[in-house]
Amino acid sequence: MVGETLKFWLMIAWLLPLAGFVVEIFFGFYSKNPRHSKAAAWCAVGCIGIGFLCSANALRIWGNANEWCVLEAAEHGDPGDTQADAGHHETDSAEHQTAYSGVIYTLGVFGSLEVTLDYYIDSLTLVMFTMVTLIATCIHVFAIGYMSDELTDEYVDHSAHTSDGGHVHRPGRFYRFFAFMSLFCFAMLGLVLAGNIFQVFIFWELVGICSFLLIGFYTERKTASDAANKAFIMNRIGDFGFLIGLMVLWTFFGTFRFGDTVVDEQVVDQGLFSMVHRDGTGNVARDEVTGDVLITDTHGHVLTNEDGSNRQIPYYLLVVIGLGIFAGCVGKSAQFPLQTWLPDAMEGPTPVSALVHSATMVAAGVYLAGRFFPMFVQEVLLTIAYTGCITLFLAATIAMVATDIKKVLAYSTISQLGYMMLGIGVFGWAAGLFHLITHAFFKSLMFLCSGSVIYGCHHEQEMPKMGGLLWKMPITAFTMLVGVCAISGFWLPFGLHFSGFHSKDAIVASALAFIHANPAHFMLFLIPLLTAGITAFYMFRMWFYTFVGKPRDQHVHDHAHESPWVMTVPLLILAAFAWFCAYGGESGHLYLMLTGDEPSHLAADVTAATAGGINLPGHAAIHAVHDDAGRWALIAALSGALIAYVLYGTNVVNVEEIKRQLGGVHGFLANKWYFDDLYDALFMKPAHKVAAFCAWFDGAVFDRILHGAAKSMIVVSKWDRVFDETVVDGFVNLIASATQSVGASLRVVQTGRLRQYVMFIVLGVVALFAVMFTTFPG
Amino acid sequence: MPAELNSYLLVGAVLFVCGVICMATKRNAIGVLMGVELVLNGANVNFVAFSKFTTLGLDGQVFSLFVIVLAAAEAAVALAIVLNFYNNHLTVDVDRGNKLKG
Repeated sequence: MVGETLKFWLMIAWLLPLAGFVVEIFFGFYSKNPRHSKAAAWCAVGCIGIGFLCSANALRIWGNANEWCVLEAAEHGDPGDTQADAGHHETDSAEHQTAYSGVIYTLGVFGSLEVTLDYYIDSLTLVMFTMVTLIATCIHVFAIGYMSDELTDEYVDHSAHTSDGGHVHRPGRFYRFFAFMSLFCFAMLGLVLAGNIFQVFIFWELVGICSFLLIGFYTERKTASDAANKAFIMNRIGDFGFLIGLMVLWTFFGTFRFGDTVVDEQVVDQGLFSMVHRDGTGNVARDEVTGDVLITDTHGHVLTNEDGSNRQIPYYLLVVIGLGIFAGCVGKSAQFPLQTWLPDAMEGPTPVSALVHSATMVAAGVYLAGRFFPMFVQEVLLTIAYTGCITLFLAATIAMVATDIKKVLAYSTISQLGYMMLGIGVFGWAAGLFHLITHAFFKSLMFLCSGSVIYGCHHEQEMPKMGGLLWKMPITAFTMLVGVCAISGFWLPFGLHFSGFHSKDAIVASALAFIHANPAHFMLFLIPLLTAGITAFYMFRMWFYTFVGKPRDQHVHDHAHESPWVMTVPLLILAAFAWFCAYGGESGHLYLMLTGDEPSHLAADVTAATAGGINLPGHAAIHAVHDDAGRWALIAALSGALIAYVLYGTNVVNVEEIKRQLGGVHGFLANKWYFDDLYDALFMKPAHKVAAFCAWFDGAVFDRILHGAAKSMIVVSKWDRVFDETVVDGFVNLIASATQSVGASLRVVQTGRLRQYVMFIVLGVVALFAVMFTTFPG
Repeated sequence: MPAELNSYLLVGAVLFVCGVICMATKRNAIGVLMGVELVLNGANVNFVAFSKFTTLGLDGQVFSLFVIVLAAAEAAVALAIVLNFYNNHLTVDVDRGNKLKG
């Protein structure tokens, strides 16, 4: 019953933006005055706002139905107990069911295989729904102000040039922006609600196309359309792996569903998550002879084929599934080595960067990695951890030298996504997703602040032209400071810590516990720790660069102004959430809700060596090192912030001098580790070479063949004409002339004399009789 | 074949030949039509004779009735044509009706 109610509310929240999209796009086409009306914006805000209320209501219903069991359990006893309890609640579905799944709509049935639209609702789904709808509502409201200069019949795009050197003039596209945003919200919520991996893939592509449309919103700018293409193509590379994973899944498991469909406490359709059974040490159940992984039913009994043999999947294919799905996540979450598209995606309008490219869509990769966690084996998790680790360091170093305010935030996003991936990879499942939620709040906040700055500075994005804007736009500056402190992970007395403090600590603690259990992987702790300092450094650098110091461009400074209330109110709301959403840390509501539906095998404590030679740190192990890790991370963050203050907040040190002295390193970082150039040399140039060769081959070989064929065809047709005129025509003419001469000779007989005809008839009859009697005598 | 049948057939043949000669020689359209009647009736005599002397049965008699009806219809049509012919040519000489000569 609860499942049905939850489904009802979430379906409303999910489908309203779709309805909004349809209304807005047709409104844009058919209304009399679409270029000057804000109706589309209010429609979008209404849809997503109601969606937020529905989501929050669903969250409340879920909590009441489960008597907030997870939270209550946490209040007495240490987190280790909590986890054991929560795991118990999840497995004991009859008593305290926390995850609900079922079918929404059947797309097709192929024998015993079904393709359906399902829903899978657990605490992660609900938290994601509430987070996405809340942030999207704030961003929609913000965008009403930010996009207001599109409310015109003649928008002059100063960044796009026509062939004669002038600026591009075009009608404003206000309504279209909000239509795309609504479509994106629909797709994103569908992705979160999805109850099977194929459905996830559908919405995965749908958010991809929305991202494409929104990055290329200023399509007249070559940079924007290039960036849109780049984002789309880079994502295709990852999705290729995703598809391979899907195919292997379909072949061996025969279902895409996540959870079991339970009707009257009977499992009707078994989902993927219960098919791979794990023992107390987190190992998957394997055949003793072949080493293949056994596919089990809900209670851990091995399923059998029709011929009585055990159903099993080779271990390496389970790794392929994991790596394939993770490849999709790498593309979507802009992880190494597919990270280059996200900074370019900043060509889109800033609200898009805030919603799509920081808070929600790019986090979908992390969400999927978390959602699909029960299917990941140790090798895959280690890959995830190292990918995240490389990404977070690489992006953070580039962010140190970026000068475009949005590029800094973009690289910061990549880096933070790397943290989340690392968290998931080192068995800190809840830590990674915890950081996903907190990061969504403070990063969307910072993007909106940067949008406010850009709006206030009349579309100036280069930080070297800003400076001293603190009292020109105080609300923006101070909300931005909240975001900066949150991402740096600052500690405050009385438990008023910034949300990033809790979530980043959780990840660093998981990493520390992981390297305690597996000392060989010590880089997985050191690099995130170092990067925590770098994060604080580049974030404070950005803040000081933008808001304090002397104005570096007097023109920009003179015209800068605080944004209108539609833009500042969302900033204040998001700032409150960015600060306090993780209130209470690991005994706070958010974290405990997330851990409530943690994959059950994570609850185990430090265990024996598993297949990949990896030891699993349990919750108790993580908790034991939590204070240490927190202290280290805080020291790193404070020193990073301090360095930033010295370099950019005071005039003690000449930054340009340092930049010149470290010219090599700076150049290396400013060129983004030469990744774009590397890909250019590795893929683009060869592709161009191949294309040039193909063009040459086309001209030299195919065209020649075609021309030769055409020429020979002309010769043949000439000969054919001769044949036609002599033989065919001659034959036809012969028949005609023969007919004519026969007619001419018969004409003589046609005298017109009736009596003669009668004579002919008589003679004919007599002749017939004569013939008849001679032929058939008697 | 019974001797009686031969005499009937002989009468029929004489009638037929008379009709044919009449058609072939008469220039008057009415005369030609009379020849046609003779030919048809020669055939009728044969039908009736066959129905009487062979296993043809009543079919032959019915058929001759048909021929009579057809002959009447044919005469009506032909006379109408002759009338029109007369209206156009002021004669019933069939040799004058050679407008369709090729």
